[in-house]
Order: sequence, then structure tokens, then C-alpha cells
Amino acid sequence: MALATPASHGASTAASLTTELTGSKRDVRGRAVEAVLLATLALSLLILVALVVNLVQRAWPVLSGRLGDFLSSGLDASNAAEAGVWQAIRGTLTLAVIVAIVSFPLGIACAVFLEEYAGKSFFARLIRINVRNLAGVPSIVYGILGLTIFVKFADGITGGRTVISGGLALAVLVLPVVIITASEALRAVPQSIREGAYGVGATKWETVRSHVLPSAAPGILTGTVLALSRAAGEAAPLLLVGGITGLLRTGDQGLWEQITKGGFTSMPVAIFSYARQTGADFQAVTGAASLILLILVVLINALAIWLRNRFEKRW
Amino acid sequence: MTTAMSNKWDAGQLRLSPGRRRSDTRMRYVFTAAGVTTLLITLLIIYTLFKDAWSFFWNVPKADLWTIGWFPRRGMYDIKTLFVGTLMVTGVAMLIAVPLGLGVAVYLAEFARPRVRKFLKPIIEVLAGIPSVVIGYFAISFINPNVVTWLVGGANKAFNIASAGAAVGILTIPIIASVTEDALRAVPMSLREASFGLGARRVPTTFRVVFPASISGVVAALILGVSRAIGETMVVAIAAGAVGGGLFSTDLFQPGQTMTAAMAALGFGSDQVAGDGLAFQSLFFVGFLLFLMTLVLNVLGDRLVRKVREEY
Repeated sequence: MALATPASHGASTAASLTTELTGSKRDVRGRAVEAVLLATLALSLLILVALVVNLVQRAWPVLSGRLGDFLSSGLDASNAAEAGVWQAIRGTLTLAVIVAIVSFPLGIACAVFLEEYAGKSFFARLIRINVRNLAGVPSIVYGILGLTIFVKFADGITGGRTVISGGLALAVLVLPVVIITASEALRAVPQSIREGAYGVGATKWETVRSHVLPSAAPGILTGTVLALSRAAGEAAPLLLVGGITGLLRTGDQGLWEQITKGGFTSMPVAIFSYARQTGADFQAVTGAASLILLILVVLINALAIWLRNRFEKRW
Repeated sequence: MTTAMSNKWDAGQLRLSPGRRRSDTRMRYVFTAAGVTTLLITLLIIYTLFKDAWSFFWNVPKADLWTIGWFPRRGMYDIKTLFVGTLMVTGVAMLIAVPLGLGVAVYLAEFARPRVRKFLKPIIEVLAGIPSVVIGYFAISFINPNVVTWLVGGANKAFNIASAGAAVGILTIPIIASVTEDALRAVPMSLREASFGLGARRVPTTFRVVFPASISGVVAALILGVSRAIGETMVVAIAAGAVGGGLFSTDLFQPGQTMTAAMAALGFGSDQVAGDGLAFQSLFFVGFLLFLMTLVLNVLGDRLVRKVREEY
């Protein structure tokens, strides 16, 4: 671009080249710029370190004092000494299961449609653009969708403000992540593998099932793991869909009754409710809950990165 | 030989068995249905937002849209309070994220040795994976007490826009960094080699050749970063103060209200978003505006990203 522009740009480029060629052998300016760039990187890493150190520091009273009790107590945003994350952890796990059940098959099927069936048709382009835009929709908007569709409209199926509605809202939220990563994995499968299957007389579906999907499995798996980590850290839609932020009584409800009728919370929602309370003891509770969530999410992400590096195929 | 073959085989035997043909057609329908579902989701989002946003807009007394603050439960829906709040948070966020994100991207793409890059990239990806509630807590427990109030004496000790914005900026760094890095790495090696061949060193090559060549990708990174910052909810809901509502304010160092935080507040206010009142419908109105803003930015950013890919 700059190279094509004559006169003004050319003159300054020529001037800078002359200094490069005739100036000092030591690249002082180069070193300085590299130092500045390195400083931005160092600052970004420093933020990460500060975040972790601060969390551990704040969480220490809870971690050293009542970790077991903290892990086994329920949500209670009025009494820091009784507050815990048991219901939140259970809620997050339940949500993850629902997200996996709903968004993985749907997302992978949509990716297969886009990469294997749709080709370059107008319809395919429309869906591709649509998926990319869905990926950029703010998470709170999915909360509105969940509130209107899953909580109110499909009340009879989901039971209203239950973990099922929350899980469905999160499943819709991470669907674009699953589709985009699965599409990339499918696109990376070389054409020759498909041709091998067609060559022995396989139908399209047989080719996809026996050749394309197994070849793309590592990439697809990485994407689904990333989607789960995204879902585990998301709170905004759950606030609208009915995640409990105060005190959650589960009473003597059975597990099934709890899932289909009862209230729910999740790790991010619990952290949000604890963060809104004042006082040093709630600071410790919030810090401890944040640390647990952070460790969980980083572990899931590390698993995804490891999977990607371990099974990355060079065709 | 051909005669021997034709005794045993004919073209009809190459035809699929009805069962395999049926399952092939069935799966085609299944996959197509999955694709259509994503369109359905978008239509549902637009429909649910628009229906109540429209009815809110026609039923609200227009004077209530321009008052002293955002207090939905008291019938004050001052939109400019939310716009200005969102704008301030996004501005502060960009102040943090643009230099850091671009710096990290240029370093990783143009300066770092492959081995260093392989080691650093996952760490930046970890930054991208941190849940926003955790960053929100970081804003009130570290950024505000240790940085913002330390730099600015008069800043609100508990909540303010500046620390919320800084935290949103931290969330935006990885997005800007990764989109920019992709754009820089999409520039063909031959352009760099041509520049080196003329005698240019790394810095002029990076800033006079590679950067201009990938400019649309860099702009895309900034646009997508802004879109992410506008849509961020939890950080602002935790760190910017103003839970149920807020007065119109342009002070960076006082509590403020953004579009997203206002929506979250309407949601959790009493653990009960119910009824068909105007306050409830204002949730959809703000949501619709937010959706439109991020949609425009995302479409724009997406086009620019595509442009870089098509150029090379």
C-alpha cells in the first residue's frame, strides 16, 4: 500500500532507508521499540500476576480458616460466616451438563451443514454471517432471550426460573463458539480423505460419519471444551433467567424436583452476590469463590490448549 | 473379459440400496435443520427485543426519556445517562486495551522468536479466559483501592466508572491482541523480505510495510474491542456502583450506570423480573439499542477482517 504511493510517501521511505543504510551499525531505535513492546507484554502479564496474588491474599482467611466448610455450605449473601459455594458448584456443573447436551450436537451438526453440505450457496453465506454475528451479541441479550422464550413462553417444559432455563440460555450463548471452532476443524480435513471414502462408494453421510468427523474430532473437542469454559464463567444471562443471588433454600427436595422446579445459582452468580456485600469477611468469601472459579476455568482452558497441541494434525 | 464381467455385474448394482439412500437424505435434513436453527435464534432475539422495545417506546411519556437520571422503578428513563456511562467505560477501557493489545500483538507477530511466542501465546489466552465476575472483583478489590484512588485523590472509594473501565479494558486486551496478531501474520513474508532487501531494519519494516498492509485488520481489532467493551455486563454491574439506578453524571471518578449494568439491575433487583410494566419493558428497549450498536460494530469489524484475508 505504502509502496504503491509515489511522491510524498516515497520520499519519506527513501529518507528512512538512507538513515538505515548509512547510520550507526547499532540499531538503537530498533532496540528501543522492542523494549517498549516488551513492556506492554510485561504489563499485561503483570496484571495477570496481580490478579492472582490479590485473589489469594483476599481469600486467605477463608482458605486457611474454613475451606472444607466453605466448599460444603450453601449460598447465603447475608452471613459471611455461613456462606459457601456448594450449591454454586453443583449449579455450575448442572448447567455445564445441559449446555453440553444441547449445544454440542446442535453446534457440530450446524458446522457439518456449513462445511460439508451447504457449499457456497447464498443460504450458506447467510448462515455463516449470522453465526459470526451471534458470536458478538452481548451475553446479557441472551438473558433477555432466555427470559422471554425459556422462562415465560416454554414455562411448561422448563418449569420457569429453573436450572433448565439457565442451561438453555447458556447453550444458545455458546452455540456460535462450538459452530465456529467445529467449522475450522472440519475445514482443515483434506479433501483427499473425503475422496477416499467416496472412492469406495460411501454416501455423503457415510463419508462424514466414518471419515470426516473422526479426522476433525480433536479440533471439535477443543472447541467444545472452550465453550464449556465460557459457559462456566458467564453470569449475565443467568441474572435475567433467574439465578438466585440472595439465599437459596433447597430444603428436602429430591435432585429431579430440584432441577425441574427449584431455584438455582452458579459460581459466577454467587460471586456476583458476594461481591455486592460490604465488609472484610465478605471480601474473603468473594475472593475464595473467585479463586475457585478461576482455577476451574483455567484448568478447562489448559485442557483445551493441551488437546489442541497434543492432537494437532499436520496434513 | 468384458463379457465375463457383464454376466455378473450391471449398472443397477452400483445404485444405492434404498436404506442407505434414505438415511443419507434423512441426515441431510437433520444438518440443514441445525443450520436453520441458528437463523431462528437470531430472528427470536430480534423479535423478543423489538416487540417490547416498540411497545415501551410508544407508551412511555417522552419527557421521561430525558430527565435527571435512570430510575426505572420511579418512571425516569433517562437514556443519555446510560449512553454517557457506556461511553465513559468504553473510553477508559480502550485507553488501557489499545496500547497493550496492539503492543502485545506486534511483539508476538513481528519480534518474538518462535519459541518465545509458543510459550507466551497460551498465557495471553489464559487472560482471555478469565470470567468477567472475577475481573469485576479485581476492580473493586485491587484496581480501585490500589490504583485509581491512589492516583486520583477525590475518586469514590467504593465504586467508580474509571476502575470499572480499566477492568473492562483488561478483558478487551486479548481480543485486540489476537485479532491484530492474526492480521499481521496474514501479511505475506515476501513483503517483509522485500523491505529487508532494501536495507530496512525490523522497526521500519514493521511500521512502514507490515502495519499499513494489515491496517484493515488492525481497525477491525479496535472495532471488535469496542463492541466487546460496550457489551460487557458483570464487571460494570460489580464495580461501577449504581445498582437500582443513577443520576446523570459525567464524572469518571464517581459511580455511574451503563446500558448493560442497567439491564442486569432490572433483572436481579428483587430476584424477580416480572409483570408488563414500563420498567420491565425498558429492559427490552435498552437491550434492543445495545443489540443494534454491537451489531453494527460487529458487521463492520467482520467485513474488515475478511478484507485482510482476501487481500493475501
